[in-house]
Amino acid sequence: MQELIKRAKELLADGTAARVLGWRRGDLPYNPEPAFFEKEEDFDQFVYDGFCGANLSKMMIEACKLEGKTAVCLKPCDTYSFNQLLKEHRVDREKAYIIGVGCRGKLDIEKIRAQGVKGIQGVSGAEIDGPDELQVQTIYGDKTVPYASAMLGRCHVCKGKEHMICDEIIGESRETQDADRFDEVRAIEAMSPEERFAYFKKELSKCIRCNACRNACPACSCRKCVFDSNKFDSAQKANVDSFEEKMFHVIRAFHVAGRCTDCGECSRVCPQGIPLHLFNRKFIKDIDELYGEFQAGKDPEAKSPLTDYRFEDAEPGIVGKRG
Amino acid sequence: MYKIAKKDLQALFRAIAAERELYLPVRTAGQVNFAAWDEDADVALDVLKTVKSPKDAFFPQFETLYTCRREGKKLQIQPEALKEKEFVVFGMRACDVQGVKVLDKVFLSDPVDSYYAARREHGILVAIACHEPEESCFCKVFGVDAAAPDADVAGWMLNETGELALRPLTEKGERLIASVKSLLVEAEDAQAAVEKEQEQIRAIVEKLPYAHLSLEGWDGGATEARFNSPVWETLYKPCLACGTCTFVCPTCQCYDIKDYQTADGVQRYRCWDSCMYSDFTLMAAGNNRTTQLQRFRQRFMHKLVYFPANNDGMYSCVGCGRCVEKCPSSLNIVKVIKAFEKQGGGENV
Repeated sequence: MQELIKRAKELLADGTAARVLGWRRGDLPYNPEPAFFEKEEDFDQFVYDGFCGANLSKMMIEACKLEGKTAVCLKPCDTYSFNQLLKEHRVDREKAYIIGVGCRGKLDIEKIRAQGVKGIQGVSGAEIDGPDELQVQTIYGDKTVPYASAMLGRCHVCKGKEHMICDEIIGESRETQDADRFDEVRAIEAMSPEERFAYFKKELSKCIRCNACRNACPACSCRKCVFDSNKFDSAQKANVDSFEEKMFHVIRAFHVAGRCTDCGECSRVCPQGIPLHLFNRKFIKDIDELYGEFQAGKDPEAKSPLTDYRFEDAEPGIVGKRG
Repeated sequence: MYKIAKKDLQALFRAIAAERELYLPVRTAGQVNFAAWDEDADVALDVLKTVKSPKDAFFPQFETLYTCRREGKKLQIQPEALKEKEFVVFGMRACDVQGVKVLDKVFLSDPVDSYYAARREHGILVAIACHEPEESCFCKVFGVDAAAPDADVAGWMLNETGELALRPLTEKGERLIASVKSLLVEAEDAQAAVEKEQEQIRAIVEKLPYAHLSLEGWDGGATEARFNSPVWETLYKPCLACGTCTFVCPTCQCYDIKDYQTADGVQRYRCWDSCMYSDFTLMAAGNNRTTQLQRFRQRFMHKLVYFPANNDGMYSCVGCGRCVEKCPSSLNIVKVIKAFEKQGGGENV
């Protein structure tokens, strides 16, 4: 982290960047927040550790409108989102200086709590080059938690330690993938339609319509969302079960299909722990199977399968055949 | 004072639910929220913070106010029936109860909200002391005692003996207890165990990181000093403009009223609104808050300045810490309070 701070200060000092977008230390051991750093003394508060899960790519949409370049810290998976935003002309490459930061998986405080840990006073071992175990100091005694057991779900199916776009890399990344990306989708595909409906009904009924998934999603970058517009009947704040189950999340999944990089922010931010990424991942799997493997955000020049038409494309009738 | 063995709680719930609706913390798809009890409910009384607060029981996130139906040239208006049946909210916490008191100030003052008032009249609050307070808790800052919930019935988990002690504090509470007396043991001797539990809770509360948060500089008279502060400029930046904080909050009380067009008429409903949303209080003449900075500021000014100004100094934050745990960007009211330390706020470490 010291190397990152030193480099960030240099970028400010030599005029490469007017500000640095990173994370500010929180007031609890696990709650750093995304923040802009403009002056050298601000960096006393800078932090980059296992709890810096937030994908900062989307904040670059606004940052690119500011005077001068913004140096942004992006983890390998975040760079897919940045690339996708670049492709959609939502960010300006000339306004960004990308520091590819190392990553060994990000932590989910809920996964630590789920192991019976409460009253957290301190966490050590969350550093970027830290050990394989977290030492958690709590009011009710100290606990040891394996780092991997506290990782966000998305990190178990990590896309790899390579940054898809960056100006320089600081820090080592480690492989964290220990599960197949589509295992969860396959489990759902194996369900009967009734079971599947019951599963999603149970999950989506928890939705409180806070819109955190949409607002965190780098693919949801419309200036005015149809669900916020008062010009249509689609504006919705009510968490009516029938609506949640049939409309909002499904429409959103369709809207980001082919553009979703599977960054996992939707599931990370959901206060009700709904595995929202499953919708998107199902689409990704289908796209892979119907049009050949495609990873959104990998190559900003590559044509997206859903906006590219080829003679050998699947016929719409495929839906009737395979469901 | 009464007590019941924890293993007999299912029988107690069954007995309460036989006569009344019973809401309590239930685990569904991994998350604990207040929900109606049934035999198969996975009750989670040991969970300190349900994701959503129990305010839904009195001020539901969504409710129909009335329905209009058109038949030929006739228009029929069917108002929604007010709550007429008694119900019990079991397993609230001291902060949740304080949250209801905040809502009372809003909905029971003139003009009285009849939907809310009917629910308050028929609702019985059973709150349990917080056996193991968590690091995100700061109810003490707002004068709430986690060891002595001020509900219709107060309860304490006595883990050594595997019992739940219950003490009715109001006439409603007496009535509830009387109706399930056959399942309870009268136990004045539990008093000592309750006091020991209270002592332990209060000792832990003292050790919590936010227990001594200073509210100095935050009061009804602080509008000028706070509103124009440059601090908001940095503070709001990571805000996603989602409604998580407002929807998990036990005191956020803003709502929107809208019409849903049914096949043959209109269903007028109200649902929670969030000051974080771009269309919040949008008016024909334009919006009075057009930037996220303004929206973000509004939420905290309301809780810590405007509300106490209009309600004899009562803050509309109860220190439950749900926003601390749930904000996707790790922002929360504690960070806001602390950020003002250098601008005439109290000293906070």
